Amino acid sequence: MRKFTYLVPKTLDEAISLYQSYGERAKYIAGGTDVLVKIKEGKLAPDYLISLKHIISQDRPFLNHETGELYVGAFVTHRMIETSPLVQAHYPILYDAVKNIGSVQIRNVATIGGNLVNAVPSADGAIPLITLDGKANIYGAKGQRSVDLLRFFLGPGQCDLERGEILTEVVVPRLLPRTGSAYIKHGRREAMELPMLGVGVLLSLEADMETCAKAGISLGVAAPTPIRALQAEKHLVGKTINEETLAEAGKIAGEESKVRDSIRGVAWYRREMVAVLVTRMGMKALERASRNAEVGMGNK
Amino acid sequence: MSREIAFVFNGNKMNMAIEDHWTLLHLIREELGYTGTKEGCGSGECGACTVIVDGNAVNSCLYLAAEIDGKELMTIEGLASPDGTLHPIQKAFVENGGIQCGFCSPGMIISAKALLDENPNANEEEIKEAIAGNLCRCTGYVQIVDSIKSVSGHEAQEPHVVAFRSEEGDRGD
Repeated sequence: MRKFTYLVPKTLDEAISLYQSYGERAKYIAGGTDVLVKIKEGKLAPDYLISLKHIISQDRPFLNHETGELYVGAFVTHRMIETSPLVQAHYPILYDAVKNIGSVQIRNVATIGGNLVNAVPSADGAIPLITLDGKANIYGAKGQRSVDLLRFFLGPGQCDLERGEILTEVVVPRLLPRTGSAYIKHGRREAMELPMLGVGVLLSLEADMETCAKAGISLGVAAPTPIRALQAEKHLVGKTINEETLAEAGKIAGEESKVRDSIRGVAWYRREMVAVLVTRMGMKALERASRNAEVGMGNK
Repeated sequence: MSREIAFVFNGNKMNMAIEDHWTLLHLIREELGYTGTKEGCGSGECGACTVIVDGNAVNSCLYLAAEIDGKELMTIEGLASPDGTLHPIQKAFVENGGIQCGFCSPGMIISAKALLDENPNANEEEIKEAIAGNLCRCTGYVQIVDSIKSVSGHEAQEPHVVAFRSEEGDRGD
């Protein structure tokens, strides 16, 4: 592999000051499962790699019990999210997504922040966090700022990071009571494959356990960036959630999407599948919301 | 740039000087001379280079040697006893025909080791998930899964029972 100097800062400020010193010749690296492949392929040729892996921060997702917010640090590996009992119990949409990313070997190393800043249309990690109304916390020379994760993605391979800025964490606001959520990666095989389509659905129910109080529907590989199907969400609010209303929402979501023909699938098929998968994930979210309510877990 | 690192290699403490741009795979094969770990694709797709770092299976082709500092590394050479007695997983691969050309075997066996160390009672679904990142181009997957099943406590306790698929196992289809 091409020669480079590997720098291992312990704090964000140190990382940023290293980046300022080396500028264009430097590249941030966390897990490295994408950066090292790009260096090997000659697509990147940094003289300095600034590791974000040793910055002292939380190494697993955690809940702020006062605010009910979930914090997912950018340098947390996919495997840490996958094996988190907190995520499995309360954020199954996130679990559904991370467990099928790459392989165990990749998930043990690759970070969620790396998945997000790559900003590929198919980023499995992004869809659930967008569905959950996640906010991206970003740190740079000018200090900290926060953007809606949905707005963080600007185009294929492009995200809202100024030069030298670092995505530090994603914060998910408190879930409403009686919430269920689910994600599906649709493709030809489960492991080691990018999705042809990614669909995430979140439903919060009224006390009657059937009327929709809030809906979140997000689509991956359905546009140049991950998107929320806002019209489809609006269609569900106030309605009784069942297979029919979900199918209607799915059809609207398919129309809202900007699917196109690509090597992994053709547009008309993707549009049809948006409708099918929104319905399926909606039913699954409904079931999960009901189950949570039964065992009294709620979503505190 | 070069740097000094210290790590545990198959149970032995090591100190050595490495170059920043070396991958762990390069360190193992070219510098230490242990060629059991294979290079297949070099980009984290095939799993032939799988090793265990602090209990976790990782692709050594995408792992910087500098990152092994202070950690514990196990390669396929670390499985058998010093007297040459094979590890039970290795024996199972021999007995069940889990090896054809042998190129994927070190990675497969290491992935199986990482799984069973964490979950000694892994069921078939969990085994398949653990080796999803290990490609076998002889396509001997059935025998490979059988080999791993034969040393999993799950198989010993409940032969021929298809595990109940909990929510975690649910593919949502």
